[in-house]
Amino acid sequence: MSFTILTFIREKICAKGDEINIMKDAWRDFKGSHWTEDINVRDFIQNNYTPYDGDENFLAGPTEATNKLWGRLQELQKQERENHGVLECETEVVSGLTAYGPGYIDTSMKELEKVVGLQTDKPLKRAFMPYGGIKMAEQAAETYGYKVNPKFSVIFTQYHKTHNQAVFDAYTPEMKRARHAHIVTGLPDTYGRGRIVGDYRRVALYGIDFLIRKKKEDFANCGSGTMFDDIIRQREEIAEQIRALEGMKQMAAVYGFDISRPAVDAREAVQWLYFGYLAAIKTQNGAAMSVGRISTFLDIYIERDFREGTLTESEAQELIDHIVMKFRMVKFARVPSYNQLFSGDPIWATLEMAGKGMDGRHMVTKNDFRFLHTLENMGPSPEPNLTILYCSSLPEPFKLYASKISINTSSVQYENDDVMRPIWKDDYSICCCVSATETGKEMQFFGARANLAKCLLYAINGGIDVKTHEQVGPELPKITSEYLNYDEVMHRFDQMMDWLAGLYVNILNLIHYMHDKYYYEAAEMALIDTDVRRTFATGIAGFSHVVDSISAIKYAKVKPIRDELGLAVDFEVDGEFPKYGNDDDRADSIAVWLLKTFMTKIKKFHTYRNSEATTSILTITSNVVYGKATGATPDGRKAYTPFAPGGNPSYGAELNGLLASLNSVAKLPYEYALDGISNTQTISPQALGHTLEEQKVTLMNAMDGYFDKGAHHLNVNVFGTEKLIDCMNNPDKPEYANFTIRVSGYAVKFINLTKEQQLDVIARTCHKRM
Amino acid sequence: MTVKGLVHSTESFGAVDGPGIRFLIFLKGCNMRCQYCHNADTWSTEGAELFTADELLDKAERYRAYWRDKGGITVSGGEPLLQIDFLLELFRKAHERGINTALDTSAQPFTRKGEFFAKFRELMNFTDVLLLDIKHIDSMKHKILTGHDNANILDAAKYLSEINKAVWIRYVLVPGITDNEKDLCRTREFLGTLGNVKKVEVLPYHTLGADKWRRLGLDYPLEGIEPPDEQSIINAKNILGGQ
Repeated sequence: MSFTILTFIREKICAKGDEINIMKDAWRDFKGSHWTEDINVRDFIQNNYTPYDGDENFLAGPTEATNKLWGRLQELQKQERENHGVLECETEVVSGLTAYGPGYIDTSMKELEKVVGLQTDKPLKRAFMPYGGIKMAEQAAETYGYKVNPKFSVIFTQYHKTHNQAVFDAYTPEMKRARHAHIVTGLPDTYGRGRIVGDYRRVALYGIDFLIRKKKEDFANCGSGTMFDDIIRQREEIAEQIRALEGMKQMAAVYGFDISRPAVDAREAVQWLYFGYLAAIKTQNGAAMSVGRISTFLDIYIERDFREGTLTESEAQELIDHIVMKFRMVKFARVPSYNQLFSGDPIWATLEMAGKGMDGRHMVTKNDFRFLHTLENMGPSPEPNLTILYCSSLPEPFKLYASKISINTSSVQYENDDVMRPIWKDDYSICCCVSATETGKEMQFFGARANLAKCLLYAINGGIDVKTHEQVGPELPKITSEYLNYDEVMHRFDQMMDWLAGLYVNILNLIHYMHDKYYYEAAEMALIDTDVRRTFATGIAGFSHVVDSISAIKYAKVKPIRDELGLAVDFEVDGEFPKYGNDDDRADSIAVWLLKTFMTKIKKFHTYRNSEATTSILTITSNVVYGKATGATPDGRKAYTPFAPGGNPSYGAELNGLLASLNSVAKLPYEYALDGISNTQTISPQALGHTLEEQKVTLMNAMDGYFDKGAHHLNVNVFGTEKLIDCMNNPDKPEYANFTIRVSGYAVKFINLTKEQQLDVIARTCHKRM
Repeated sequence: MTVKGLVHSTESFGAVDGPGIRFLIFLKGCNMRCQYCHNADTWSTEGAELFTADELLDKAERYRAYWRDKGGITVSGGEPLLQIDFLLELFRKAHERGINTALDTSAQPFTRKGEFFAKFRELMNFTDVLLLDIKHIDSMKHKILTGHDNANILDAAKYLSEINKAVWIRYVLVPGITDNEKDLCRTREFLGTLGNVKKVEVLPYHTLGADKWRRLGLDYPLEGIEPPDEQSIINAKNILGGQ
């Protein structure tokens, strides 16, 4: 049937308003029935996806349109860089679903864009998002030389409360002190909390009208009529969600699309899905705005178009290239303090591939290759944060292709599907870097990290901060002995961790209460089940330094150097002690103990909305900022120097090579860190093998071994330190414009890091035995 | 009595020292004094750590998950054949545990005589592959470069060919010393007479070992010599049929 006749018929059907026939047409040739009655994207995927066992030879290069658009976008990125990292900031319009008319990468080439939709009216222009906090939004613009219209200051202080104001209304003095002392840092109290992954696939599979109908059913069935707090709140939230869904339709209509109905082909599916995501990034500026597990889903539409003869491989790749181009363009206006914490302008548009199904079939599709191939068609890029749900039993051609992409671009991360699948099943997404969440069924209350290295110092110094001399923690007796006694330190540390865990959980309780109230994610939550499960994700910073410090106290002699106030400001270590990162059980068992102990303490406390507490060992780039706020530690780390990132061993601690280090990290039980354990390793290409073929196999084998041991995550960087140094010194060389490296849980363009962070990355171990 | 090995160090991750991913054991002690040696700190047996074969294999097996179908252990040095009794025990026990064994050697101690040869022949029963260095094909130049002539080394290569033992030839390419085209052709000719060469690796000389010489209070003999350029590496690979 020709395209025009199909269109004609569709119009006819629509004119009749016959939803059943619309669905029949959109769902033609799809199998399964459960997902057609209830919202269940997982069921749709399992019934319809085509596992692919072959290699990458089918892939197509970039089309002319892709080259033109990407060329233009690179020019814009260059201008952005020259303009101190921001191309333009909005100062007159508050961001929202329909705040703007249509925007394109280049209006003169708009017909080339197979996927349309920008956050604002212009590419890379940063929206004005005041709901998290008006001061922050104003400062962000001012940092880059823009002045927000002063009327907004009046509106968002006198007429509308922001999340930030609400949180500070309720904080206790103790909470403010802890925040100020950086014993808990990175609290989402001035911007969106992020980490909520809407199931954007629902927009494509069902169309908005079906989703609204289902939400209305939920609304009708919400509560028995007795108005308890939780029922009232839920009714209000569902109403907000329905409003957001209506807004999404209008947003798409601005671009000339009717997303009230489901997508009928691959191009629409890609576009519809992107509109769902666009709704999220127009309304929220969360630290992490992940895309989710979309690759296998979209492959089903592409395969159907192939069967119907309406799409070529080149056209399919073009669709994927273009949606990825859009993910590469997402921007938020941030203040300098935020950039220090999360360097390089990241937004964690995390996107997953591969993994296995509960039925044992692998879920690698051709589309997973296409997503990886975007890194070849358009070069390396930090976003989207491409994540492979890895296990050794995935098809070898796919594993080898992923290895090759890692070796050539350092832009991919790997997470262990074998440890996540038993807990999160087979349709989870990664929200942020390493944190799994069941797509469309869960949300996260996340925020900050507890600085356990500082906590250990508080244990030694009676709760007084050595940097500010303030009494931040509880006033426990200081340790006064000449040499630190292991039992005494552990006792005090245990008490101090109790205090910190309770305070941390309660700060988050307060923040998330206010976030729900003043900055609710209606658009994302509209694409998640009404009966949502909630996790409460905490985090740990300074992990390796605490482990090595305890080891030093246990196996060597540690003498505190005290200042005139009797505070231990430095430590002399006499003797050898085992360090985390060498596959030495003496040190590694301390690491396991620390994780289990902290998690157990967190779990004791009430968590907001009865959420399930989890923790992560993940610092992003904040290890630099946390370290800068923390005095010398007994492991020999100097005062105010960076921590090792995430679950990584400390700098210079790894003395037995890459695999010994990997073995140490692999010992940390994922079940106690369900929010994830990040590990970043840099390997010189020459250490992997003499040829690309050898290198691919080596990397694959290393990952197979690592993940078979039950490890959770690996960031793979393949380059030598020399390249980093050269890039730091010559950032203007064209080959470094897109030079991407993996940092704790995300990827970043090296030239976009601060000098301090560049030096920090260079200082880390590069495994380069040749 | 259990023989103990004089060990310099171990490394959990070696991917360019034999097939697959390997656990590397560096033994101490070497009679050669190669000018480009990047492990000068392994020449003397002083300061060695003592390990039994089982202790080392227990350590190695912690990395078994990474070896998959090809990897295993590689013993390097130093010159491992100087500790042939220990090596024999180590490789025999490795094979009992199903561990693939590679021996990285200069073959300098090799002789077809006496007790050594008997042990060597037995060792070959437990050795899966040898990484054999050909330092220089010309005996005189070999002597200048290493302090020893190469007759017994080339004889070792011949013997290994006779018993059809898998060998990877390693050739360090040093500008002005081992990159002479005539020498490369002669090397190729010699390799052509062997029937057991599975692979020829051309290793571009690097300066990473120079610092160790200085730390040992020694003058680095190749001071000022830069690593070979891309073209001469390709040239050497072409001639030697290597990669």
